[in-house]
Amino acid sequence: MFRGLGHLIAELQAIFGAAWRRSLQLRVAVSTLALCSGVMIVLGLLLQTEIAERLVQGKVDAARIQMETATAELERDLSGVNPDDEYVAGTLNKALDRLSVTTLTDQPSTQNAGDFRAVLATEDARGGNQAWAGRLDTIPLDLRRAVQSGALAVEFKTVDGVPMVIYGQPVRTAGRDLQFYLLFSLSAEQRTLGLVQSTLIVGGLVLILLLAAVTSLVTRQVVRPVQQAAEVAERFADGHLEERMPVKGDDEVARLAESYNEMAGSIQSQIRQLEEFGALQRRFTSDVSHELRTPLTTVRMAADVLFASRDQLPAALRRSSELLVEELDRFEALLADLLEISRLDAGMAELGAERTDMQSVVQRAVEAVRGLAEESGTRLELDVRAGVYAEIDPRRVERIVRNLVANALDHGEGKPVQIRLGADEDSVAVLVRDHGLGLRPGEAGLVFNRFWRADSSRARRSGGTGLGLSISLEDARLHGGWLQAWGEPGRGAAFRLTLPRKVGGELDGSPLTLVPTDEPMDAVLVHSTESTAVAAGAAEDGAASSEVGQDGLATDGAGGADHVTSAGIGEQR
Amino acid sequence: MKSRVLVVDDDPALSEMLSIVLRGEGFDTAVVSDGPRALPAVRELRPDVVLLDLMLPGMNGIDVCRAIRAESGVPIVMLTAKSDTVDVVLGLESGADDYVIKPFKPKELVARIRARLRRTDDEPAELLSVGEVSIDVPAHQVSRSGQPISLTPLEFDLLVALARKPRQVFTREVLLEQVWGYRHAADTRLVNVHVQRLRSKVERDPERPEVVLTVRGVGYKAGPP
Repeated sequence: MFRGLGHLIAELQAIFGAAWRRSLQLRVAVSTLALCSGVMIVLGLLLQTEIAERLVQGKVDAARIQMETATAELERDLSGVNPDDEYVAGTLNKALDRLSVTTLTDQPSTQNAGDFRAVLATEDARGGNQAWAGRLDTIPLDLRRAVQSGALAVEFKTVDGVPMVIYGQPVRTAGRDLQFYLLFSLSAEQRTLGLVQSTLIVGGLVLILLLAAVTSLVTRQVVRPVQQAAEVAERFADGHLEERMPVKGDDEVARLAESYNEMAGSIQSQIRQLEEFGALQRRFTSDVSHELRTPLTTVRMAADVLFASRDQLPAALRRSSELLVEELDRFEALLADLLEISRLDAGMAELGAERTDMQSVVQRAVEAVRGLAEESGTRLELDVRAGVYAEIDPRRVERIVRNLVANALDHGEGKPVQIRLGADEDSVAVLVRDHGLGLRPGEAGLVFNRFWRADSSRARRSGGTGLGLSISLEDARLHGGWLQAWGEPGRGAAFRLTLPRKVGGELDGSPLTLVPTDEPMDAVLVHSTESTAVAAGAAEDGAASSEVGQDGLATDGAGGADHVTSAGIGEQR
Repeated sequence: MKSRVLVVDDDPALSEMLSIVLRGEGFDTAVVSDGPRALPAVRELRPDVVLLDLMLPGMNGIDVCRAIRAESGVPIVMLTAKSDTVDVVLGLESGADDYVIKPFKPKELVARIRARLRRTDDEPAELLSVGEVSIDVPAHQVSRSGQPISLTPLEFDLLVALARKPRQVFTREVLLEQVWGYRHAADTRLVNVHVQRLRSKVERDPERPEVVLTVRGVGYKAGPP
């Protein structure tokens, strides 16, 4: 129960905290209110104290004058009274009655202290009182003592729930002095004070509310344009480059809007320019590729005519015609790749996705490079099962796998190349692993670069164009998938293609491990889990182009560092 | 008798080379170098196959293709430098039977031309019917309820291939091999486009075909006789 309440409070706090952080308007309004409330409370207290003092002082002064008047009258009346007389109480009563009538009528209203009650008492030698008129019991003892000593004394006291100011003075008679007291009620003053107090409080509250509204309005005036500016900037950032802030008037906000618009304009023109350059560049590449095709076709046919009758040619010419045809093949492949990559760059590539059996795709890709494998005497080991379906573009995926296997054959130094197909609920993966020279530190990040070669002196058996892996990477991206590389000198290299099973699916891992765990036992026992974790981690954030795995796997002291590079869809966003 | 190939291409070197290669393969060749002259040449020379470059000065290759198709069923093979979907489909839809992407190997081109020229001379007297459509195979005549329908040789071949085995479902790959003569898997868009063209001619309502039926996920088959 309490826990629930605590939870609720915490939640409310969080909500308020968020609103506090997010809203300048709220902050300004609340701060203004807090400060003003403080000032008003202090002012109100001061005002109230001052008013109370004035009121009481006025009353006391009036009471004093009345007291003196009354005393003089009593002295006149009672000069012949003997306080020890048996019937003195009656005399005193009569004197008081007279007093009430005369003082009330004679006094000018300004000096009138208002309603009063009077008390007269005799005093004996011991200081006690023998006879009195009025309520002597309401007179405090210390006041009586002060009066006994012959002085004018005043005291405040609440009698019967009514605040009173009590004046006391001795009245001289023929015999001993009499004690004379006047009690003035302060209830009128108290009422006035109450009224003042409630007026102050209500006024203060109203003022605070008005102030809140005013602050809100004023801050709104300032915050509103800022909010608008933020909205405009957000839309601009979302790619609506023609968004501008409205410029109204000549104030600071207008200046902000003007400079913002200038900035937006210059950014827009620069982006336009870059886009134009990019488009021009891509157009150019595409046009060049197209324009090259017609003469290339002629050359190709001429070469084929020569090649067809090469048996009738002398040895040098025969070899020349052979070379011509071979190199034309390469030239064509390069041109096709260039065209493909320019299409991918231009975003013109279409994903012709259909539900496809991955096995058939991998098989076709492997068959396409079978001849190459036989040439280099490399064994291709397939671990591929049927019935793994995914929504992919079979043409592109086949090309990716073909490129990966051809690449493995190129760098596998004749050692077996493994091709594995893996799948889980959301993704399918193809891993191509060779046991050749491997990749040196940092190279895993470079293999996808266009025209990059691991070693310029190394021969290319497949006569690859240097664009194969770049195109494969773009193809993988087009699917929303990953193409990742791992390699280590002496241990070979591995390339892993991971694709979502459904078009538009998100990847959060791969069914196959990129970093191999098929190493000698001692190495495996130390690193296998770690390697897996790093590979998966690299895959998860989809970032790459650098040696993500270097630190995590560098524990392999003698063998050097592993290098994992993932080139996921998120890389270039 | 030699088959005659009309080459429509603006590049003189390529035209000459094509002529050399085709003559070497035993064809008769004629060359025109721009679009507007292609149609008169077709009328005059009555070629057996037209090789048509898609990029032509004067008149767009696609318009030339349409113009030829409007008055002749002569097989048209497009030469294209673009393998982009849009261009190829546009070419096929404007009436081309097949296409070759530059740069091509001479053998490939010759194979494509020969496939278009294949004539089954010793066809038996065969009368097929699909729904309301009846096909006289040796006479190359198709009619619906007595009304003759004009089909190009390729469309005719496609319809005959389907009609000969009424219950069999043909995959696109099989049709490519039987009708176009491709040995290896090729562009299945060829089949899609030509089925659409065929339907537009033989079906009562191409939206609800009765003659050439689609078997989802597999291919096509002929409707009930």
